[in-house]
Amino acid sequence: MSTATNEGRGSMIGAAAGNAAQPTADHALLPSAQPVQLIDPEGHHTHDDRYPLPDGQKLLSVYGRLVAGRRINDQANALVRQGRMAVYPSSHGQEACQVAAAVVLDDQDWLFPTYRDTVAVITRGVDPLEVLTLLRGDWHGGYDPYEHRVATQATPLATQLLHAVGVAHAAKLRGEPTVVLAMCGDGATSEGDFHEALNFAAVFHVPVVFLIQNNEFAISVPLKSQTVAPSLAHKAIGYGMPGERVDGNDLAALLSVLGSAVDRARDGGGPSLIEAHTYRMQAHTNADDATRYRSADDVERWVPKDPILRMRTYLRGLNLLTDDGERALAVEADAIAAAIRNGLNTEVDVNPGELFEYVFSEKTSQLREQAEQLREELARGTDAEHGAPIDGATNQTKGDRP
Amino acid sequence: MTQTTEAPARGIGDQADAVASPVPRSTSTFAKALNAALADAMESDAAVLMFGEDVGRLGGVFRITDGLTARFGEERCFDTPLAEAGIMGMAVGMAMNGMKPVVEMQFDAFAYPAFEQVVSHVAKMPNRTRGKVRLPIVIRIPYAGGIGGVEHHCDSSEAYYAHTPGLTVLAPATVRDAYFMLREAIASPDPVVFLEPKKLYWSKEEVDLAELRRTYDGGQAPRRIGRAVVARAGTDATLISYGPSVPTALAAAAAAAEEGRSIEVIDLRSIVPFDDETVCESVRRTGRAVVVAEAPGFASVASEIVARVQERCFHSLAAPVLRVTGFDIPYPSPKLERFYLPSVDRILDAVDNLQWED
Ligand SMILES: Cc1ncc(C[n+]2csc(CCOP(=O)(O)OP(=O)(O)O)c2C)c(N)n1
Ligand SMILES: [Mg+2]
Repeated sequence: MSTATNEGRGSMIGAAAGNAAQPTADHALLPSAQPVQLIDPEGHHTHDDRYPLPDGQKLLSVYGRLVAGRRINDQANALVRQGRMAVYPSSHGQEACQVAAAVVLDDQDWLFPTYRDTVAVITRGVDPLEVLTLLRGDWHGGYDPYEHRVATQATPLATQLLHAVGVAHAAKLRGEPTVVLAMCGDGATSEGDFHEALNFAAVFHVPVVFLIQNNEFAISVPLKSQTVAPSLAHKAIGYGMPGERVDGNDLAALLSVLGSAVDRARDGGGPSLIEAHTYRMQAHTNADDATRYRSADDVERWVPKDPILRMRTYLRGLNLLTDDGERALAVEADAIAAAIRNGLNTEVDVNPGELFEYVFSEKTSQLREQAEQLREELARGTDAEHGAPIDGATNQTKGDRP
Repeated sequence: MTQTTEAPARGIGDQADAVASPVPRSTSTFAKALNAALADAMESDAAVLMFGEDVGRLGGVFRITDGLTARFGEERCFDTPLAEAGIMGMAVGMAMNGMKPVVEMQFDAFAYPAFEQVVSHVAKMPNRTRGKVRLPIVIRIPYAGGIGGVEHHCDSSEAYYAHTPGLTVLAPATVRDAYFMLREAIASPDPVVFLEPKKLYWSKEEVDLAELRRTYDGGQAPRRIGRAVVARAGTDATLISYGPSVPTALAAAAAAAEEGRSIEVIDLRSIVPFDDETVCESVRRTGRAVVVAEAPGFASVASEIVARVQERCFHSLAAPVLRVTGFDIPYPSPKLERFYLPSVDRILDAVDNLQWED
């Protein structure tokens, strides 16, 4: 098992039909020359030999998640402005990637998101208030990863990709049909853990789909400063896995390309790497000033490519999306936003005693002493404003008294 | 590798484990005891996996995983690509998904590429998830010097791990402890950094590994995580030590006895959690203490022990608590390491400096 077979590696992610010349195995690992697109920015279907267009009803149901995703981004930004959350890395403009990553998975599968992938986590079914616990600042994570099989949102770049490989490896050893979808940004592909994760996944031939959201920036640094590779998807061939690139603002193409990669992984075909071309429409986070490194014109160019606008035009053109339907989706999205707003406007009680609870499965004698110290300080009364004990004592160990 | 010139640790584990046996006992090395602990853990729990660099067919560069692949198959004990962060990160995911990975970092200094995974995830994930995700991972690290190794093969890296909340840090010093502590580490729901003193790999004790297994599986082995042990009883001063320095401390105590001083030796076994109780009980009784450790002394585990003893035992102390540690320099090359390592003479000098009245 630990030595990968070459089985399944020669096939492309999609069906290999349409290529006249007999492709070598090497060619089959390379991404298409242009990002796969099934619906263009004007809302017209563009044919692709390898990737079928999802049917209209499917697109309509997922479109609702897109609308909700945009609303969640807007609401979260507003809550940061109001001081209700410390920070929010918005996925405005990237909602198609967010939604597609969540909906291509089955219940038994796992999702490994980053700090930017809040909408994907919520789309997968995690309670939005539990997701936003991290950014509200009352704990480092708010949801149980096992409940919806969603790992904690990773902040140290690319580190989560290796965890995804481990989860997939364990599932494979037990013969479970689990597929793991692991997300990262374009900047994260420069990290060593990105390389190690892809190489481990390929060598152990485990069912992981790596999804890079190439939004062209890592905070201020543009992609051309990260790599001179022909594309990020081209990196896949170096690991012996197939790479594919897809229009990251085209929900239909994402569903088709990711769906086929997930199927392939589930069928024992091993890992693959998908690069979604998208754009970070807002600053890195609310704390960032994007005008220092890109112009308004740069951003403006991406407005017509908006993922929601595009899908809306397509669905309206087919009369699948009606005025009534749009109103209903807006009401649903508003309800999610209202729940987030109300939840975050309610003060949560933080419990300082909890600080010591989960460091080890059982508190060490040192942690018992420190918990007791804090408990006593609180019982004596503290300067809540500064969080420090009134008498100024800090972390004092019990001295030896004669 | 040169064989250690230290006196091998002699049966200084808990006497409570010693089941009276009429037949003469066989001997085992530290390395064989670790190998047996791995095999016994894998035998008793299918979730236990062993992986790392050269741990498969070769059996590890120190042969600690010898025979495991042949016995348990390539799915249970396997080689990974050469990437320590990859090994550690994959272990995190496997532990999240029901496995109990034991990983081998080939040498102390080659564990550094995995440091981000250890600090940011192995140590923090349980806390981050309010205990929902436990990570029962054992990180085995052939550790420390005294073997004539070249650069990057002799680091004492315990302080990096001990300083990171969430990691259990163990360093056995005897053959019996090597077996029992590794079994306990694998069974622990918490991540454990398991430091294996390289110079003790070839040390021998009279133990019967099958008997150790029966003792452990029968629940008869007293807990060792968080429990120090008095390795040699004494009344005049306490040497506090762990891992590779324990045999040196014992040799110093033996030499001091010839000069008429009764020195107690504490083998910590567990750096985190730290056994304040056993250490302080001894120091309050003897009134004098020296901490012996191989790592550079500045901002070290030894410093922490001195601070703790001083805070807790101040009024019982007849002299400042001293340290015999490595110098604050990169680990020296083979021909120079003897000037660096805590030696019996250096320990005896420190003991002499404990402000004796006579
Ligand atoms: C190991 C590490 N280094 C630096 C950072 C700080 N940091 C947070 S996000 C970020 C940019 C990441 O860019 P990219 O991977 O493209 O993702 P995006 O934010 O665009 O979604 C940086 C440098 C970090 N979180 N982790
Ligand atoms: Mg980016």
